[in-house]
Amino acid sequence: MSRPGDADSSITRASGHLHRFLTEAWRLQPLYVSLYAILLSLLIGGVLISLIGVNPLTAYWALLRGMVGDGERLAGSLARSVPFIGSALALALPFRAGLFNIGAEGQLLAGGLTAAYVGALSWMSDLPGGIAIPLIIIAGTMGGAVWGGIPGVLRTKTGAHEVISTIMLNSVVLFAARWMVGSRDPVVLRDTESTVPRTDPISDTAVLPELVDSQPVLHTGLFALLGLCFVVAFMLNRTNFGFEIATVGLNPHAAHYSGMNVNRVIVLAMAAAGACAGLAAASEISGTNGHFQPGTFFLMGFDGIAIALLARTKPVAVIAAALLWGSMLSGAPLMQQEADMSIDVVRIIQALVLLFVAADAVVRYLFRVHEQGQSPFRATSVEGAA
Amino acid sequence: MTALEHASSLTHSPQRVRLDRGTITSLLFGLLGVALIAGAAPAIDSTTRRFNLERPPNPAGIGFHPPTWIIAISVLYLVTAVLGFSPHAARRWAGLARVLSALSLVPLALVLSLALSDNPGTNVVNLFSQSFVLATPLALGATTGLWSERAGIINIGIEGTMLASAGVGYMTYALLGAASSTGWLWFSILISVMAGGLVASLHAVLSIRFGVNQIVSGVVINLFALGLTGFLRSEVIFRTGNTSGVSTSDVGLPLLSSIPVVGDQLFRGGPIYWMMYLVVFGTWLVMFRTPWGLRVRSCGENPHAAETLGINVLRIRYQSVILGGLIAGLAGAWFSMESQGGFEDNMTNAAGFIALAALIFGKWTPWGAFGGALLFGFSRALGTRLQFLGVEVSGFEIPSEFFQSLPFVVTLVVVAGAVGRSVGPAAAGMPFQKSR
Repeated sequence: MSRPGDADSSITRASGHLHRFLTEAWRLQPLYVSLYAILLSLLIGGVLISLIGVNPLTAYWALLRGMVGDGERLAGSLARSVPFIGSALALALPFRAGLFNIGAEGQLLAGGLTAAYVGALSWMSDLPGGIAIPLIIIAGTMGGAVWGGIPGVLRTKTGAHEVISTIMLNSVVLFAARWMVGSRDPVVLRDTESTVPRTDPISDTAVLPELVDSQPVLHTGLFALLGLCFVVAFMLNRTNFGFEIATVGLNPHAAHYSGMNVNRVIVLAMAAAGACAGLAAASEISGTNGHFQPGTFFLMGFDGIAIALLARTKPVAVIAAALLWGSMLSGAPLMQQEADMSIDVVRIIQALVLLFVAADAVVRYLFRVHEQGQSPFRATSVEGAA
Repeated sequence: MTALEHASSLTHSPQRVRLDRGTITSLLFGLLGVALIAGAAPAIDSTTRRFNLERPPNPAGIGFHPPTWIIAISVLYLVTAVLGFSPHAARRWAGLARVLSALSLVPLALVLSLALSDNPGTNVVNLFSQSFVLATPLALGATTGLWSERAGIINIGIEGTMLASAGVGYMTYALLGAASSTGWLWFSILISVMAGGLVASLHAVLSIRFGVNQIVSGVVINLFALGLTGFLRSEVIFRTGNTSGVSTSDVGLPLLSSIPVVGDQLFRGGPIYWMMYLVVFGTWLVMFRTPWGLRVRSCGENPHAAETLGINVLRIRYQSVILGGLIAGLAGAWFSMESQGGFEDNMTNAAGFIALAALIFGKWTPWGAFGGALLFGFSRALGTRLQFLGVEVSGFEIPSEFFQSLPFVVTLVVVAGAVGRSVGPAAAGMPFQKSR
């Protein structure tokens, strides 16, 4: 079977330099839109801040210093951003297949629970770190993958739309986790010696090595998640499976007609998304918390959606978007302290960024950025592809 | 499997029973019936329990003997199973039996949980009226989705629309009316409705004018509402000091609410609750009995054909989506000014998504969606009730988290197709471009 790229090659040759220029421009285009969106949001946010009666420059200066003011704050911002990479990939990956995974929140919980359970098993302390750490990471990844695969199976077997089923599964796993971690009679996973509901601490051998003793701790999970971005990018752009995902996303009927197993692709894409979230959760459990608490992953999945959209669902761009997002959240407390206003200001700026990125046509219109290539958020008019 | 075998497995003789959704459901009911007769009926406490009709003390009620009821319901399930797998002539009754069995899950859950708890009785009238009240935001949200999707615009942002209007409405109430003046309360409800319309028009502009993927636009609205209301709560509502306020007072329907024993429980509720019935009825009336409603539906099914007939598709879509938003605004007002006087972060708690499930359950019709909303309202009310009853199975008390997750599990089961495939408007999700 020949790929569309082969058919295009003659056209590519014919159009020569112009085409190459456009391709490169197309690669840069999404960044322009995101940058302008951030700028616009900061402007509107500034207006809001001055409405409360605070000088926006003071607030933003404090925010900036909170984000990258000194080495320790920088490391803290990095550390805060790490799990967002995983939860954003959990949206970005199945998005290519036309699937909208809102379930990262639940997949993080499922992955975190499994990781914490495996990490606290008594025989884990007998293992060397070289085995225990991969084990806990794999456990979390599998936990997330299973929970992520369920909506995929439901979608293929029963036609339940993944947006609704993932939202419901988020709530189900949240209540399940609260019970497992909180119940004293019977004790399921609760650390009975602790006054707050949480699981037993994981074995020392399963703790990811620390890089910087910042707040929160920067640990080697950073490399795992950075690596994951490139793995996902490679898989989506350079493998057969990635090609199948893209084809299913563009037109499931065509994919089916060309002999692809659409249902298999949907289930695997959702499971892979869950695995990304699970990996992020396991890295947090192992490197930052050392035990599982249901509140740890609160809003992390939903922030992941925003980050993935900001990165225009490109896996490598997720890194930059997650860094921005995480460091804004990490810098907000200093702004709250110095400018005396709520952390929620950052939330509203983030919401605005998201709005402008999704409505890229507004930004393009305002800043006269010409559209070359198709926006990933533009609705396709192929029937059944939405 | 060779090609021949494969072909022969596809053409089956009429005697062979196909394992489709119906027969599998019948089979599951049969298994449940066997389990109940063998396991639950003999083991259960056989003391008489009561379905009360009013609040204590000394409520009127109906006494019953739990094992008898369980066996009666089990027999129904066994009959359903037998009918599902019986020869052709009797199988026409199988569908009816399945519906009856599904309905009897309600009394079964009540009887079982009462028998398993220490309480001698529970007020069932109150449970049903609670279900109706809790169905309010779901029915309104489903109606929002109905207007939007029937016109061809998928609306995942109902949740955010309701949350934003709940926040903006309560903020107005706290700022202007100090969260206690009745006049300002009504003004704030109006502001809520307007806010809903405003958020919906954002969705409309994004998805109609700019052609943004409608699911992306909806999710963005949800996240935006979360950020906006968090900001409003901490920066405006909290600073006014009026974080909790007086909510709308209940209205009793004349005559009906004076029926002895049950009237006051069934026919008394908040004004937004009563408006919900008007909205559902009005939606049915306008959408299915007026020319404009027909135009809306045609834009959702085949916009190009509609355009050929001279309908301004884009204008109809704008009108319909924004009308839906106004309804979601009313649902938002229910949260912050009727259900409880106050605003909390994320207080809608996935109601917008459950409303979408109700819409799918109701196959994109107003009364069907209302039925779905009732189902989910009931599962929430039942979950809360069972939490209070304290249900114990062989010494193990069922945790409250289990009951709290009940509405979400029910939604999942329903969406995953206990009701069969449900097909939405044909053109929903696809942007429309005017012909030149």
